[in-house]
Amino acid sequence: MSLDVQALRSSLAGPFDFHVPSGRCLAITGPSGSGKSLLLRMLADLDPCEGRVSLDAEDRATMSPTTWRRRVALLPARSGWWADRVDEHFASRQADERGALARDMLLADRLFDQPVDETSTGERQRLALIRALLTRPKVVLLDEPTASLDATATLAVEAVLRCRMQEGLIVVLVTHDAAQADRLGDDALVMRNGTLVRP
Amino acid sequence: MTPLSLHTADIAWAGILLLIDGALSVWLRLRFHRALAIATLRMVLQLVAVGYLLRYVFAGHSPWLTAAILLAMSLVAVREVAVRPSRRLRGGNARVALPNVVGVVLLTTAFALMTAIRPEPWYDPRYAIPLVGILLGSILNAGSIALSGVLDNVTLRREGIEAQLMLGRSFREATAPLVTRAVRSAMVPVINQMAAAGVITLPGTMTGQMLAGADPVNAVKYQILLLILLAGSSCLTAVGTAFLAISHLTDERQRLRLDRLR
Repeated sequence: MSLDVQALRSSLAGPFDFHVPSGRCLAITGPSGSGKSLLLRMLADLDPCEGRVSLDAEDRATMSPTTWRRRVALLPARSGWWADRVDEHFASRQADERGALARDMLLADRLFDQPVDETSTGERQRLALIRALLTRPKVVLLDEPTASLDATATLAVEAVLRCRMQEGLIVVLVTHDAAQADRLGDDALVMRNGTLVRP
Repeated sequence: MTPLSLHTADIAWAGILLLIDGALSVWLRLRFHRALAIATLRMVLQLVAVGYLLRYVFAGHSPWLTAAILLAMSLVAVREVAVRPSRRLRGGNARVALPNVVGVVLLTTAFALMTAIRPEPWYDPRYAIPLVGILLGSILNAGSIALSGVLDNVTLRREGIEAQLMLGRSFREATAPLVTRAVRSAMVPVINQMAAAGVITLPGTMTGQMLAGADPVNAVKYQILLLILLAGSSCLTAVGTAFLAISHLTDERQRLRLDRLR
């Protein structure tokens, strides 16, 4: 399985061409405003774009958008919430699995009973990652996933990602943290003015 | 009971209240007397003009003149619904307001005239025009609240909507909380109106009929019919407006297209 991107472009960024094999992480760094988040949104099919994106040789254009987004999960820098309480964003049948993931990411179980407004930015980032992983995507697109976390929590999140990558998960990681890009990335690219270049 | 007819001098007595309001404004420096005077003058001129116009139309029974007046009233309501939200769809909010306001008012009016009221002819302006006037007030409220509820809040809810899309939910599922909130808000005025009718307030139509000499029980029957029509038309407008508005903000790949909003 692999993620293949060919001539992907929008009016604001691109064209992008790259390939990420199963179980690997592509780390993308670059200055703010260079187009990193735009690239992730295009991969997630949230913004109109041209070009070809395929997963395991299956063209995105041939899949329904809901099928594609179940396979390719985006975690934006600011996580989105639509109900008042944290547990309203999770299926109750997944309580055990979400609890295990929460402990792996150093989160307390009681967080699930709290209003979203009473959680910190770092807690919300990890909760959103748990929510995405529970849908068992084949690709995760991470936009600064540990920007609000301390060093210990950051390493815990990275350990969870590494574990999932061993099971075949493809990760596209956007980060300003060069050390994190080195730790997680199997391949690295730099975004400059809307195009990807080798570092 | 014969209705007590009002003369100009009788109305002038009520005008004393407005003079007192104006005097209070001047005395307490509240500075609303000018606005009050202009509003009073406008109200009198508008109502006198519409009274003479309706007398002429009612006497004629012309379906074309009736249709022209109803169309003009509906278009003014469309404009009011379209301009109320602070955000605009590309191509204008009338794309949503026009089919909903005109469609619902035509449907509800024709339904009421052909089933419950049954005047002869069915388009008798004496019934059709006041009915449309009352319905448009409610439709305008419901439509503008529903449209604002969607267009003014969708940007605030963007992260939540896209988070749901990213979990593989359809655009309809992801925007359901937003649409539901908009429709529920739009239904509040008419639900309050029905709940308060007869207990907290005596509705205008019923009061007007009783002042004109009608039997209270007959007046109540008309009022019940009107409130049912108002609730029905408000609901149709709110649902139609909210769903049509959100449908303009997506595409064939079920993305949230905020670039279609100005």
